[in-house]
Amino acid sequence: MIDAGKPRVAIVDYGVGNLFSVRNACAHAGMEAVITASRRDILAADAVILPGVGAFGDAMAMLEERGLTDLLREIARSGKPFLGICLGMQLLMTESFEFGRWPGLGIIPGTVVRLENRSKRGEPVKVPQVCWNTLHRTEGRGDTWEGTLLKDLPDGVFMYFVHSFYVKPDDDEVSIALTRYGAQSFCSAMRYGNIFACQFHPERSGPPGLKIYRNLAEIVKASRK
Amino acid sequence: MNTRIIPRLDIKGPNLVKGIHLEGLRVLGKPHRFARYYYESGADELIYMDVVASLYGRNSLAGIIERTSREIFIPLTVGGGLRTIEDIRAVLQAGADKVSINTAAIGRPALIAEASKRFGSSTIVVSIEAKKQSDGSYLAYTDCGRVRTGVEVFGWAKKVEELGCGEILLTSIDAEGTGRGFDLDLVRRVSTSVSIPVIASGGAGKIEHLADVVRDGKADAVSLASCLHYQYIRRYYTDDDYSSEGNVAFLRSDREFTKVQGARIDEIKKFLVEGGIPCRWPVEGAGGD
Repeated sequence: MIDAGKPRVAIVDYGVGNLFSVRNACAHAGMEAVITASRRDILAADAVILPGVGAFGDAMAMLEERGLTDLLREIARSGKPFLGICLGMQLLMTESFEFGRWPGLGIIPGTVVRLENRSKRGEPVKVPQVCWNTLHRTEGRGDTWEGTLLKDLPDGVFMYFVHSFYVKPDDDEVSIALTRYGAQSFCSAMRYGNIFACQFHPERSGPPGLKIYRNLAEIVKASRK
Repeated sequence: MNTRIIPRLDIKGPNLVKGIHLEGLRVLGKPHRFARYYYESGADELIYMDVVASLYGRNSLAGIIERTSREIFIPLTVGGGLRTIEDIRAVLQAGADKVSINTAAIGRPALIAEASKRFGSSTIVVSIEAKKQSDGSYLAYTDCGRVRTGVEVFGWAKKVEELGCGEILLTSIDAEGTGRGFDLDLVRRVSTSVSIPVIASGGAGKIEHLADVVRDGKADAVSLASCLHYQYIRRYYTDDDYSSEGNVAFLRSDREFTKVQGARIDEIKKFLVEGGIPCRWPVEGAGGD
């Protein structure tokens, strides 16, 4: 194995959200992270992280303004490890129904829809979901976490969520973790080839969240062999 | 929804402080020590409040935010003296995940809409400091309970939701620091009138008070200060040098703070879970951390 030093990660900066906690989590996991909107930096990185909080439509507009949409599609096709977090997960989909109808990056077929604000018994449920909640393996397909960034985490592990919308991939097999909130069970993590995406914030989810960043570092190192 | 337990660290200069009714501040110690201990014992988030920032019109926590953000991997909300989009950006760039605004939001409510649009709703917490009036109504105060605004609390809570804020941090000035329990009526009326989460703050003196404010007050999260801080001090009092500033007589006197029954976060969560209130518990590690 050629040791090319620390894994280098590009955190895509398109003007939204707090990217510093993502960078700090990368550093904690032994990676060198740069917050950047530069095509050169993003292409040169060993792995790319698309973070994000905020509104879907605005975020797509800002990605386009910075000329990043085609680049991100290129990265997705390249086989390079690619992590989408929260809004960065939702942006990967075909389209979102967040206050209207917005086209996404179209990298993973599927839609983005709103959490329901009623429980099965009709009681009010707060939206956004702002809390720690558990991840569960999808049933009937073996260990859907093996070989992904969720590797070695226990079923029922808690992660920190802040969101009003969630993804519905067209192909159920893309979903690797489910989380229950109110009346519904939604896709909280996806795997699509080299792409991994999560609705929760691993950089704000304590030691189990940091494990996801360490898994990313391992995958990058393995891909260099 | 899993109830969040959120330690609130009121900070003055380099020190963690605690008052009663948000006044009469005592120095308790170095904030980063408390923050690390709370993280390790299962805090779901942290709140840092620069309690004198509003007086000077600036937040001075950048250094401690940077350090915390590198070492502690749970959400950090920072408040105190944030007046403009630029102030908010500076605190987020230091490593905060959310900001809490009060004085500036009441002075110019449009700031809530602008900040939510710019940084995302989930980043913007509006802090409401409520004080019960002799006629039974509640009015919002600013500057740590020092300035009466005349703004009615329940109408204001709905308004900040409409303007796009992501959460409400609701402090009862009357209950704050007393250890006599939360103002359940206040919390319930706010929490059931908005669809965004409400963090109840002010008044916790024993573990049962937390169950009350979740079950009867319908709080989505609970912010705690005294009952965590005094527990930590009793168990782990260190010989940091606190002489640089502030009222340190309390620490020197080695006096118990008798109104508050101290508790560790993991003990609190165990108690809540056993009482049927779901929380992130037990707090699991992930091998090696």
